[in-house]
Amino acid sequence: MSFMNDLINGADNRFDVNSLNALQKVTLRAVVVAFLFYGLAALEGMIMRTAAVIPDIPPVYGSVDHYFAIMTAHPIVGIFGSTYQLVFAAFMFLVPYLTKKPLYSVKLANAVWVLITLGTALAWIAAFIWHYAPLYTLYWPLPADTTQFKIIGGITFIAGVAIIMVGTLGFIYNIYATIFARVGIHKNKTTKELLISGFGIDGMLNLVHKLTGKPPYTKEPALSLPVVAIFRGTVDTFLDALVILSAGILVLVYLIANADGISLNVASVDALLYKNWFWWGLDLVADGLVLIYVAGSWYLLATLITGKKLFMENVARAALMLELLVSWMVWSHHLLADQAQPEIMKLVSGEMVTAFELLTQGLALFITLVTLWKARPLKMTMELKYLLGGLVGFGLAVPAGIIQADMAMNRVLHNTQWIIGAHVHVAVIVGLYMTLYSAVYVLWPLVTNNAKLWSMKLANAHFWLHLIGGIGMGAFMGMAGLDGMLRRHMYFHGEYNTYMILAGICGAMLLLAWVLFLFNIIMSVGLKGLIGIFLPSADKTASFGVEPEAVPETLKA
Amino acid sequence: MSFANSMELLAFHKVAYTAYSLLIISVIAWFGYNLTRKHKANSLIRVSFYTYIAFLVAAGVGHHIFTYNVVPWVSEDITRNETVPDKSYHITVKDHHFILPKEKMVVNCGEKVLFDVKSKDLVYGFGLFRKDHSMVTQMQVNPGTKNDILWTFNESGVFDLMSTEYSGPKGNGMFVPDVLKVQCTQKIAMVDGGKV
Ligand SMILES: [Cu+2]
Repeated sequence: MSFMNDLINGADNRFDVNSLNALQKVTLRAVVVAFLFYGLAALEGMIMRTAAVIPDIPPVYGSVDHYFAIMTAHPIVGIFGSTYQLVFAAFMFLVPYLTKKPLYSVKLANAVWVLITLGTALAWIAAFIWHYAPLYTLYWPLPADTTQFKIIGGITFIAGVAIIMVGTLGFIYNIYATIFARVGIHKNKTTKELLISGFGIDGMLNLVHKLTGKPPYTKEPALSLPVVAIFRGTVDTFLDALVILSAGILVLVYLIANADGISLNVASVDALLYKNWFWWGLDLVADGLVLIYVAGSWYLLATLITGKKLFMENVARAALMLELLVSWMVWSHHLLADQAQPEIMKLVSGEMVTAFELLTQGLALFITLVTLWKARPLKMTMELKYLLGGLVGFGLAVPAGIIQADMAMNRVLHNTQWIIGAHVHVAVIVGLYMTLYSAVYVLWPLVTNNAKLWSMKLANAHFWLHLIGGIGMGAFMGMAGLDGMLRRHMYFHGEYNTYMILAGICGAMLLLAWVLFLFNIIMSVGLKGLIGIFLPSADKTASFGVEPEAVPETLKA
Repeated sequence: MSFANSMELLAFHKVAYTAYSLLIISVIAWFGYNLTRKHKANSLIRVSFYTYIAFLVAAGVGHHIFTYNVVPWVSEDITRNETVPDKSYHITVKDHHFILPKEKMVVNCGEKVLFDVKSKDLVYGFGLFRKDHSMVTQMQVNPGTKNDILWTFNESGVFDLMSTEYSGPKGNGMFVPDVLKVQCTQKIAMVDGGKV
């Protein structure tokens, strides 16, 4: 087939957008937007990487205001606009697929991606136009500081984040309503049974019964393991949404009062207490959500790739339960450099409980590897390659985080590029995204009704550029951090040029990887298909892979 | 083993983490390669599940115990309220400016120095840096709470002060060169965390 034909109609005319049902379309819509936001975040990252070496480049022009505005928009676009969208889209497709039930509401699913897109755009606009730049952590009273920022910028930004959180709540509602709907295979299950399974309690009881020599508590748990992981992670998403919403409302109260000429006393909010509250919620994204969703995705991918049952399934279920407790109690590792933070909290929550993430994530890694190993020999497919890449990412990033969550190391690493490079960027770009790409390749034939991938060569180039670029960028930023380079700081005298040039080259590889991926996808579905995804679908079915239930003869007449 | 200052700790850490990174990357690469092979791979070592879990626990908890015992500032930090410092400096931060004590800050090696920093408005950071930009120490400076750090210097030099926490774009200029001078007159034993 010719290049032009593929560009317009998709590779070998194999993508028929009219054959997609409502669930497939809403999934693809969110995926497309998520990858566009990823590109925007990558571009912002490259601007910042370059400005670290040449502060005068456009659009920064050596201005700290603009630099920090980009840095403020960057995680909002990357985390909410891109990863949230992508994860939500995958799960709103997977829960119906795995439970063989229809999604509770396709309308709501559409609202979720529209709200998150709108909210992200607003937050981005606040940074772009008004240079509102409190950064992701929003340390009190900075976000309400109207001497440094315009009120309108602040209100727009907070409104954007609030809309994202409303969209998030919509996702949560849709997932829970689907899981607890007593239709199909769950027709005869009680809410209690579904809840026990959702929290991993049946896995725990199975283990206890095994140790005490009793017959298993349940042979067939009500929910499959990936659904348990999705359910579990969503508990954290909910709490996190509440915390961010509450912080947003607080900031809004101050900003709106200020707009009316009333200046409320910022000291009436305890800055340290606020920091604890905020990190407790924010950490549920990082240490709760990412780890649980990722562990769940690994389990799912390993079972789909091998076609075998998961190794040590009960332990995996119980570990998800354990991770619930761990993820709620680790936030103090962000306050190890706060001298007023009670020492005992630093020790127990900040150091010891945090170290348990090595155990929970290590366990997930082990279970995934053994499941793959038992199914040898396997074909090195794209999805397997990406899954292994994701495992490497977390294998590197989790210990990097544990190292920083240490009272000795934290004293010299807090707020340096170590944490944002070696830990966060490696975890998100290599660990999380490679896992998500694996899921994209697994879901591709299901969501597109077997559209052909345009080029395997491009897919492979994307893989290697992304893997090497991601690890390399994290490593060089991390090394700069060890040499004292701060995160959230603009350097003007080329203090860390060597590391920043190397990190910039790796960043460019990441950006190029994304361009190749996007191009490959556009060539696969074609421009017509791409537009068609956003048009209403004729088939309103909200499930996938379910044979329509045969109507019993007695009811037919 | 003991680390007298952050330079030594970071140098050790650089080597240790790089070695770990290469190890984990090659383990997964080896694993991926063998996944596709038909005949049984001879694993170099057989690790049982329980050994692996024990290793993870030991690595997580052990890291903290290790640093607690060899990095001198950890125990100092925990007991800072009970220690009588040799020198105390009171510093205020306001409107993105450090307001420093009138007398020049000059300390000797081995002295316990207390920095008590107050913020009048935003969250700042109090960080001391060497001339090569590497970090000596830091703490967060929260408004409304006590922010004090007890520090023993084990290296001579002239250090710069910088805010290590983001406090809006204006915070980027919070840099005071040559804020502190440390002189090591007598030779300090570099054993036991640099304690004399
Ligand atoms: Cu955290």
